[in-house]
Amino acid sequence: MKILYFAWLRERLNRGEEEVSPPSDVATVADLIDWLASRDEAFALATQKRSLIKAAVDEKLVAHTAPVAGARVVALFPPMTGG
Amino acid sequence: MVVRVSTAPFDPGAETNAFLAAGRGAGAAVTFTGVVRSSPDDPIIALTLECYPELAINQLASSIDQATSRFGLLAATVIHRYGRLTPGEPIVHVMTLAPHREAAFKGAEFLMDYLKTDAPFWKQETGPDGTHWVEAKAEDDAAKARWE
Repeated sequence: MKILYFAWLRERLNRGEEEVSPPSDVATVADLIDWLASRDEAFALATQKRSLIKAAVDEKLVAHTAPVAGARVVALFPPMTGG
Repeated sequence: MVVRVSTAPFDPGAETNAFLAAGRGAGAAVTFTGVVRSSPDDPIIALTLECYPELAINQLASSIDQATSRFGLLAATVIHRYGRLTPGEPIVHVMTLAPHREAAFKGAEFLMDYLKTDAPFWKQETGPDGTHWVEAKAEDDAAKARWE
């Protein structure tokens, strides 16, 4: 599974993407964030306030309750500020 | 329905003329252009927008679909730039076409309100004191919520 990071989350992690293989009990976006936080202190710090982390699964904007099983790309990013 | 997300500059006047020419006979067109702001109290040297283009195209296309069915639009276009922009440069251009003005105005406002909170762009402001990420505003969430 490819994970993409954007904006200040990308800067704080010092990477725009990574390949990961989460264990099978990682069912939702929320589980994935917990799992990524458990293996990386910088990620845990940057995502402490979960309400500031938005997610997209396979290029669709989703809630943290959305499933990630079989996902090709999961993107994690701060609230959007376009327009 | 047209969605364009690009680092290339665009000409809002030329875009508007082409949109009007294609919509011959419709009664009302509304266009909105968002421009990089800079004021003496809050001087900005540059605005750098980061984008997730694949998601942006999906999100903008879905908001146009919603606006079209909700307000009965005949056509709608959203153009959004990313990359480094300087004050006075257009960032975003929204155009709607409808039989009457109310639908065209509402459609354009709906598209802008959705775009501010739901399209994956992130602004970074560079001013005299350095560069920082722009924070999302509660009033933008409120502006979107009034359509729900």
